[in-house]
Amino acid sequence: MKRLRSLLATSLVEPARCRDYDLARWDLLLRQARRADLLGTLAERLAMAGVLETVPRRPALHLASARRLAARHREIVRWDVRCLREELTELDCPIVLLKGAAYVMADLPPAVGRLFSDVDILVPRERLERVEAVLLSKGWAFSKLDAYDQRYYRQWMHELPPMHHTRRHSSLDVHHNILPSTAVVTPDARLLLEAARPVDGGGDGRLAILAPADMVLHSATHLFFDGELEHGLRDLVDLDALLRHFGSDGDFLPTLAQRAEQLGLGRPLYYAAWNCHRFLRTPLPEAWLQALAVQAPAWPGRDFMQACFDRALQPDHASCRDAFSGLARWLLYVRSHALRMPLHLLLPHLARKAWRGHFGGRETV
Amino acid sequence: MIIADLDPARLRRALAETGLGLRIGPFIVRLHSPIPSVAEGLGRLYGRYPVEIPPVFADIHMSLFPAGGLRRFYRPQVIFSNDGYSPFKPLPLVQAFPFFEWSLNWCVATHAHEYAIIHAAVVERAGRVAILAGAPGAGKSTLCAALIHRGWRLFSDEMALVSLSSGEIMPLPRPVSLKNASIDLIRRFAPAAVFGPVSADTHKGTVAHVRAPDDSVARAGEPGRAAWLLLPRYEAGAGLEVQPLGRARMLMELAAQTFNYHILGEAGFQALAQLVDASACYRLHYSRLEEAMGFFENLAQGSP
Repeated sequence: MKRLRSLLATSLVEPARCRDYDLARWDLLLRQARRADLLGTLAERLAMAGVLETVPRRPALHLASARRLAARHREIVRWDVRCLREELTELDCPIVLLKGAAYVMADLPPAVGRLFSDVDILVPRERLERVEAVLLSKGWAFSKLDAYDQRYYRQWMHELPPMHHTRRHSSLDVHHNILPSTAVVTPDARLLLEAARPVDGGGDGRLAILAPADMVLHSATHLFFDGELEHGLRDLVDLDALLRHFGSDGDFLPTLAQRAEQLGLGRPLYYAAWNCHRFLRTPLPEAWLQALAVQAPAWPGRDFMQACFDRALQPDHASCRDAFSGLARWLLYVRSHALRMPLHLLLPHLARKAWRGHFGGRETV
Repeated sequence: MIIADLDPARLRRALAETGLGLRIGPFIVRLHSPIPSVAEGLGRLYGRYPVEIPPVFADIHMSLFPAGGLRRFYRPQVIFSNDGYSPFKPLPLVQAFPFFEWSLNWCVATHAHEYAIIHAAVVERAGRVAILAGAPGAGKSTLCAALIHRGWRLFSDEMALVSLSSGEIMPLPRPVSLKNASIDLIRRFAPAAVFGPVSADTHKGTVAHVRAPDDSVARAGEPGRAAWLLLPRYEAGAGLEVQPLGRARMLMELAAQTFNYHILGEAGFQALAQLVDASACYRLHYSRLEEAMGFFENLAQGSP
């Protein structure tokens, strides 16, 4: 690796440094930020630090463009959530917003400048069929109708196959847990639902978000357990923002560690906390970090995993790659699947994905 | 320095090794490619454009490289990448230059949200801008290619950049893309027009690009204000027919042709509303270029 903290990571943590950048540095910073899907976040941090006015004209236009795009994404998420609330009025169970939609509706720091691709919700497993029926009657449809995909999701995954709205073109993932039932650990989703709290703008109070500790654990699980690290740094930036925000309450970190143990998610929390601290200098007490380290894998697994994360958590840009970056990303991809499913299910699944990836694909011009 | 200052070997080398920074309208485009036909296309059609090797800062980073794999031996292809991201499937290697033009359209439309970006041909006369919007195949580019050989300045044959801050239209002069029968039509209409390589069998049919006039390239930094909004439509054998169009109707037509309308939200609506308020709006049916030229000449003289 060329350096552990990329120009982008440094600039996100210390936006004031950008005052001294020449145009060549701005060029590199904007490129890293764009590839990492963090241009809007960078722009908002520069604005909050009062640095935006000092940015040279050309890079400033890109930052303004990214802020505009992010603001629009935020509006669209709010609108989607409002529509979803209307569509689900006849249900009497709580609808818990996850990830991006939760950050936006609760006005949490990661929402600022971020881009969103879909809305994720968590519902009680026993209500899943009913939720699906109501959604299908309100204009939602499955995006993947392939029999294999349908079976794969329904049999093994913790969510329904992805849905889209036929008129609004929005996307929706309906979860009944935060990890698949085939994974090496499966947290008890009832605990998450019980601790959920209502969110403003939730109308009659049926819209909710996860409790702060659960929100951090879900984000950590997504990144360090079953996620594919496509947007590794962006997800780490979310985690950092959540930890800084909730961590200002002195009771938060001990609660978080306890909750991780209760849900069996100590390992992802260890990775999340240590990597936030490592890449983004998240202020976390040394003693608390050390206590989490009992969850680390034994040597040499620990160093090996860190060597992989050190590469996969870089912006996915040519300036941040070394000879092992591709291998590291591939190993983590395989690992994320291996943690999700036992090998006898996994191998046929990956073979099928590889086949389709080769013959399916991108748009034509 | 402009492209024409580089001899062909130097141009090819710079393009292959460090990449070129091309100044195209308000953008600096960094282009990196070892493919000889891309260098030839640039030499032929972009001779008057300012260039920096390599650029210190670029707004858009593009590369066009031959695809690897076994296929390169029997069906060579070219891959476009926007600084590591490839949104499109590879195309046959012989289409590398038109692929550059098409990918650049995509880059502008996805990067530059300081503008409302309307799918339109744009020309100017005496500071007053005519925007010819409409669906692909309506004959915008053909009209545009004809107009720039009759005293109109080329802003763009593909997109109107409407500044959200000033309401002005920014020029983005680039080669005009002609398809199929339009190619010979313009060769006859404007024998002085310089054409780039002709690519047959693309997904758009046969395609060729006409070089932007030198004066339009030299004045790329001079914006203008919209005076006329037109929806042209080519209809074989039809006489010239001009109908005034209501402003609300025109606004809806423009919104449907604005690439980033869904991103701009209210700012986009305001920008288009200002355009419509400041312009005369017409629907235009034509088949004979000379007749259409007469109509535009009258517009410029102030008597449509």
